[in-house]
Parts: sequence; C-alpha cells; structure tokens
Amino acid sequence: MVWVIIVAVAAVVLIGAGLFFFRGGGGGATPPLQGTPRPQAGTSVLDVPKPGQESGATDVLDAPVEAPVEAPPSKPTFRDRLAKARGAFTGYLTAIVGRGVDAQTWDQLEEALIRADVGVQTTQSVLESVKEKATENKVTEGAEVIELLRSELKARLSGFDRSLALADTSPSIWLFVGVNGVGKTTTIGKLAKRESVGGKSVVLAAGDTFRAAAAEQLEMWAERAGTEIVRGAEGADPSSVVFDAVESAASKGADLVLADTAGRLHTKTNLMDELTKVRRVAEKGEGKVSEVLLVLDATTGQNGLTQAAQFTEAVEVTGVVLSKLDGSAKGGIVIAIHQELGIPVKLVGLGEGADDLVDFDPDEFVDALLAT
Amino acid sequence: MFETLSDRFDGIFTRLRGKGRLSESDVDDVLKEIRLALLEADVNFEVVRSLQGRIRERAVGVELSGALNPSQQIIKIVNEELTFSLGGDTMKVVPAQKGPTVILMAGLQGSGKTTNSAKLALWFKKQGRNPIMIGCDLQRPAAVEQLRTLGGQIDVPVFSEATDPVSAAAAGMAEAKNLGRDVIICDTAGRLAIDAELMEEVRQISEAISPTYTFLVVDAMTGQDAVTVAENFHDTLALDGVILTKLDGDARGGAALSVKEVVGKPIAFASTGEKLEDFDQFHPERLAGRILGMGDMLTLIEKAEEVFEAEEAEAAAAKLLDGQFTLDDFLDQMQQIKKMGPIGNLIGMMPGVPKEIKDVEIGDKEVGRIEGIIHSMTVEERAKPEIIDGSRRNRIAAGSGVSATEVSQLIDQFKQMRKMMKQMGGFGTKKKRGGARGKKGKKGKKGRSSGGRVTAKGGAKIPKEAMALPDLEELEGMPGFKGLPDLPNLNDK
Repeated sequence: MVWVIIVAVAAVVLIGAGLFFFRGGGGGATPPLQGTPRPQAGTSVLDVPKPGQESGATDVLDAPVEAPVEAPPSKPTFRDRLAKARGAFTGYLTAIVGRGVDAQTWDQLEEALIRADVGVQTTQSVLESVKEKATENKVTEGAEVIELLRSELKARLSGFDRSLALADTSPSIWLFVGVNGVGKTTTIGKLAKRESVGGKSVVLAAGDTFRAAAAEQLEMWAERAGTEIVRGAEGADPSSVVFDAVESAASKGADLVLADTAGRLHTKTNLMDELTKVRRVAEKGEGKVSEVLLVLDATTGQNGLTQAAQFTEAVEVTGVVLSKLDGSAKGGIVIAIHQELGIPVKLVGLGEGADDLVDFDPDEFVDALLAT
Repeated sequence: MFETLSDRFDGIFTRLRGKGRLSESDVDDVLKEIRLALLEADVNFEVVRSLQGRIRERAVGVELSGALNPSQQIIKIVNEELTFSLGGDTMKVVPAQKGPTVILMAGLQGSGKTTNSAKLALWFKKQGRNPIMIGCDLQRPAAVEQLRTLGGQIDVPVFSEATDPVSAAAAGMAEAKNLGRDVIICDTAGRLAIDAELMEEVRQISEAISPTYTFLVVDAMTGQDAVTVAENFHDTLALDGVILTKLDGDARGGAALSVKEVVGKPIAFASTGEKLEDFDQFHPERLAGRILGMGDMLTLIEKAEEVFEAEEAEAAAAKLLDGQFTLDDFLDQMQQIKKMGPIGNLIGMMPGVPKEIKDVEIGDKEVGRIEGIIHSMTVEERAKPEIIDGSRRNRIAAGSGVSATEVSQLIDQFKQMRKMMKQMGGFGTKKKRGGARGKKGKKGKKGRSSGGRVTAKGGAKIPKEAMALPDLEELEGMPGFKGLPDLPNLNDK
C-alpha cells in the first residue's frame, strides 16, 4: 500500500509536470497528421455532420424494431414472454434459412449472436464448432446450420444443476447479490411469494441498509407474500440484519431466509469485502447459506461476465437470476457465464408482477433465441 | 478480462515496424482488432460497422511519421473518430427562458432514475436554483419513499400523490408553481421500451409537464440492446440528452456511443459514484479513451492542472528523474496531490494500472501515516534517508506511532522508487537524444483533446522535457502507462 502511494505520487508529479512542459513550450501550429482527411480539429469538425455518419445512424434506426405484442394476462411461460422480444434475431435467421451455406451465412450468424450480447469470443468459439460439424456432415442448407447452432448452444447450457438447494438443517439461507438496479429486491419479493405458496415458511432479511427506502420496498413485498421480514435501521450493518433474520427464522422454525443486500459495483473492494462478511456472519448462527444468487440484468452487456467473476470471488455465487428478460434484451452473456465460470442460470425474471419469476429452461432459452 | 486496444495492436504492429506506409491488408488486420475491442466494449454492432468504415477510410495510406509509431497513429485516428461520434462538446444545460425548467427522467427499470433525479436536483441546487422533485413512479414499491428520503438528504422538497402517474405529474407542476420552485424534476417509473402501454403513459406525463429537457437514464453496463431502448424512448419522447449511470464500475460504456449515434443527442451527465455529489456534466472525449481501455487520463491531467504550479511541478519532476528527490519533496507533492482527491481515485484514472492495484483501497489514513512518519524525521534525515540507522529509526517510529518496520519499509520503498525514476530519467534522456521525437507536441494534443495534431519537430528545447516524457509518450498513444514501473510488492500493504 505504501508502495502504491509512493509510486502514485511520483507518477502524478510526472504527469503534472509533463503537462506544463507542454504548456510552456508547445502550442504553436503543428502540421496535421499526414493522410488525415479532416483538416481541422476543434469545433468545426464537431458541428459538421460527416458524410457517412448520417447513413450510419439511419441504418441503425432502420434496424428491426420489435413490434410490441400484447401479452396474454395469463401466467407467463418462459417462451411467450421471450417471444415478443425476438424480432432482431428473427430477421437474421430468415435471411439464413432457405439459402445455401456461404461466408455470408456465418457473418449473419455471428452478427445475430453478438447482437444478442453473447460476446465476440463466445460467438466465435460457438461458430467454430458449428462450422466443424457442418463440414463433417456436409451441410449445405442454411436451415441445417441453424439446427447445428441450436444443438451446440443447448449442449453448452446442459449438464448444470439448476435446482435451488436447501441446507440439511433449517433454516436455509439464500443470499442475493448483484450490482445496483438489477432487481434484487424485486426478485426476492417474487421468490418469497413463490416459496411460501409452495409451503415453505419464509423470512425476509432486509440487508440493503444503504439505498433509501430499500427496506420499505421489501416490506411491501413481504406483505404481498405474507412473509415475515426482519429489518434494521438505514445505515445499519447489513451483516447484523441478516444474522438477526436468521436467528429469528431459527427460533420460529422457519425453513428459508431470503437475504437482500445492497447493490454494489463489483469494482468496489470495500463493498465486496462487506459482502463476504455478510455471508460469513449469516452462518454464525444456526442457518446455512445454501444458495448465493447473483441477480443479473438481461440488458447487461459484456460486463456481466466480469460481474459474475468478481461476485463469485467474493461470495461463491451458486447461480444466476436473469432479470428483466421480458424486454428486448436477449441476455446472451449468460452463455459465457455458464462456460467460463460454470455458473448456471437458475431463475428468470419476466416482469414486475409477483408471478413473473420462472425457472430457467436452457432449451426454451435457446429456442426462443433462435425462434423464427 | 479485457485487453486494451493497444495490447491487441502490439502483435500486429511488431510486424509493421519499419514499414513506411500501411497497406490495405495491414489496415484490415488492424480493423479486425478494433472491431473486437469495440464489440467487447458493448458498442452496438451497426455502430461498430459504420465506425470501422470511417476509420478505414482514414487509415489506409497513412504515412508512418517519425513521431508516432503505427499503433499510435491508428489509435489516434480511432480515438478521434470515437470522440467525434460521442459528440465532442459537453452539453450545455441552460435554464428555460420563461418559467421553471422542467426535466423528465425516463428509462428502463434499475437504470438509476430515482437516484439521479436527486443527483440532478443537487446539481441544480449548487447552481443556485430551487429544485423540486415529483415522484411519478407509483409502480415500484417504495419508490416515492426513496425519492423523499433522498430529497430530505439534499433538502429538496418532493411532491407525489397516490393517484396515477399522469395526474401526479400535473399536480406536481401546480405545487411547484405554488412553492415558486424554478427547477422541476419529474422521476418516472422504469419501463421496458417495448411495453406499449407504459410508453404511452410516459408520453402522457411528458404532455402534462412539457419538459424543457427529457433525459434518458442509461446504465453504463448496458449491452447491445441500448440501441433498441434509445430508439423507442426517443420515438416516444423526443429525448434531449442522456444521463449515463454507474460509470464508476469497470464497464467500458460502449452503450453510450451507440445511444449517441442512434439518437443523435449528447450525453449530458454522468454518474460516477454512490454519493449524491458523484455526478457531473459529461465530457465526451473522456469516454472515448475509456472505451478503448485507457483510463480516464484527461480527468487526471485536468485535476493536476488545477493544483500544480507549473514551475514547482517541473522542478519536482526534474529532481525526481535526476534522483535528487527528497522525502521533503515527496511530502510536498503528496500534499498537493491530496487536493486532487483521494489518491485511490487518482490511481484508478491511470491507464494501464493493473486491476489488483486499483483494487487496493488507499485511505487517507494510510496517507496520514506516511505523513506522520516523514514529519517525525529531522530535516537532514528527510534530505538523506541513507543516514537513518537503527536508533534514528526507532525514534521516528516512536514519534509517529508506528512500528520500526513500517518506517524502514517506507524508506526502502522510497529509495527504490527514486532509483527507478532516476533510471527512467536516464532512459528518457537517451531516447530523446537518439530520436528527437517531438514528445512535446504530442502530449499537447492529448491535453487539449483536440485531434489531428502531431509534430515531428519541436522536441529539443528543454532537456527536462525528455526526462519527464517517456511515459507521456506512451500516454499519447494511449497504450497505457507502461512508463509506470510495474508495481510489485502488492502484498505488503
């Protein structure tokens, strides 16, 4: 630590000084970089729309926009909630099916996968193996390639245990973690309802003592779900709130404690340490942490993988809850999370209603992703 | 997990070294890497494509000048294109000509509308305005409660009523008028861009309050879908700008670029922390560097500019690189630097610093200990730490309330740093003599953020310049802080 400070001071001194060296001596007109088509830097450049930019923007605007379709008010299934947001992908697939297989086929598949937030590396590795199989089986039809892609993706998501584990002795503790705004509290609310309808006695722990009114939010969910809630003061130590909830659950013989935590960015070391402590202290009493669920917003891009890795390092994440999958986002990053970190998605959030939380089904996820 | 663009380039460019001009196929190789880097930063696919085209146009046939290596030249072009695409200037948020300034906050669930309503209110308050917030999120449990709590923290009134969002907005406007508030910030419920019913609702809210500014709140971690979201919100509400949130994480924030390209509206504000003060106007040119993975160097330079006196800093740097830096100088500089903000934050802004180091929490307490130790030394000891023997060490330790080991650790590491800097200085000078590489002009470009300027001349005036600049040359090409010696000994915090 001392070392870091010393070097940082030295570096900043150099930066500060370097700047002034420039100020003191530079400044005169300097020739623009050779071959630069834009002759002047400065505001003029910023004001003049570049040729090509217009068309670039229009392209994007013209990209297929999902037509909102009224969802039936019935209980959602994974598939029909996903289906209404599939448009972008469908466009590519219809362009592939019914054609032969050529370079364009692969480009289109790549584009479709990347646009679903699958990520470049995962996309490339998926398409590598699909290509191999296509060559092996002498595939000539676009539709067949898509079937190969389907089974490849399904294979990559198979073989994971997606059940929510209970400890041998009650109460079991399920800890919910994630960055800010992903839907931890809402997920807990919905799960509380589901588990208590399923016959378990549930206690909620309002471990988000940081965000204003987070405990109130959870309390409203507790009312809806008819479960007990243990909360502390705003700014209280989250570890002790969770600990108290576990104690309370144990004394009443409850089965399950759902522990909320404040959203935190995985880059904040002190907050991640706090989380590690919450997990540790939660087990000081009679309960055991049997699930640590990372709530991940489906709109999250490539940063999702980093999030999963960092949270796993801090609290050994056992599963992912993919929230907000009822939007237009595809949540493709979870494929990389399965592959690289071996963490399965266990639950999927499909809306703000109490029933909008369903089990993750990899086959349906892939089918919906590739729906035509 | 992510490589910086410059890391990616290294391989390609070793091959290109010595070439005078980049051929089309060279450029193609480079473009592939750029594409990868942009996609990994979550820049939208279409946007990447159009950027690629523009970069290609400029990069083919680029003369390799003596001043910049090919990698630096290309990165410079990429940086310029990104900055250009992000909108160049900081958006001016000016109060309405007549009547109160009305602001509508819209966005997906969890993007940070409520928190940022309060942050924005505080921002206006600091400008001498009298904001009020209207809570129109009647959907999420306790959302209004959250807004009220935040309002209490910054002493800004909050209005809401349990009717429906549109009526609440209208009633809030009336209330604001009664109270004579001149800025009205309307927080709305999070909604999916494809939810027709809720999009209609927010349109009605907008109609009821006729906002001066409509801001879309976008999470910096958003992936490819940012485009769809921005399009739909823009179609419904005619956005004026974007508030980019959660930029304090390590997401590259490519979504911002996508949104800007699609909607054509600037990013007005950025939220960079959990505290309500961690919010400011957005500087587009800085995000370009971040998307490319080079840290927030410009902010750092700007901050340095605020606190350093030119001559002082020059003198200190010269001493540092000559190996004449004393503990007294160190103490002085550290105190200057403290004015720039917590040292931990500054380290976070340096490009190329390994994550393990950025993660080390450096508290003011730690800095205070170092100060304490140095303060307990005599003038002579500070100038010549070599003379500190066992008994002096014990005295210093007793004086500053730390262990003797800590004292020797500080001294050892200080000496080590000094030696390293001296080597660096020597290296820089040699390099300079060999090459006359015009570092001055290059760095200048960086500091000014305008693009397109490189000079191959103008190097030789101040010998000192060469000493200070080995790392700044890197900086120019943004490949990160390779000039910064690799920082070992992480474990002995």
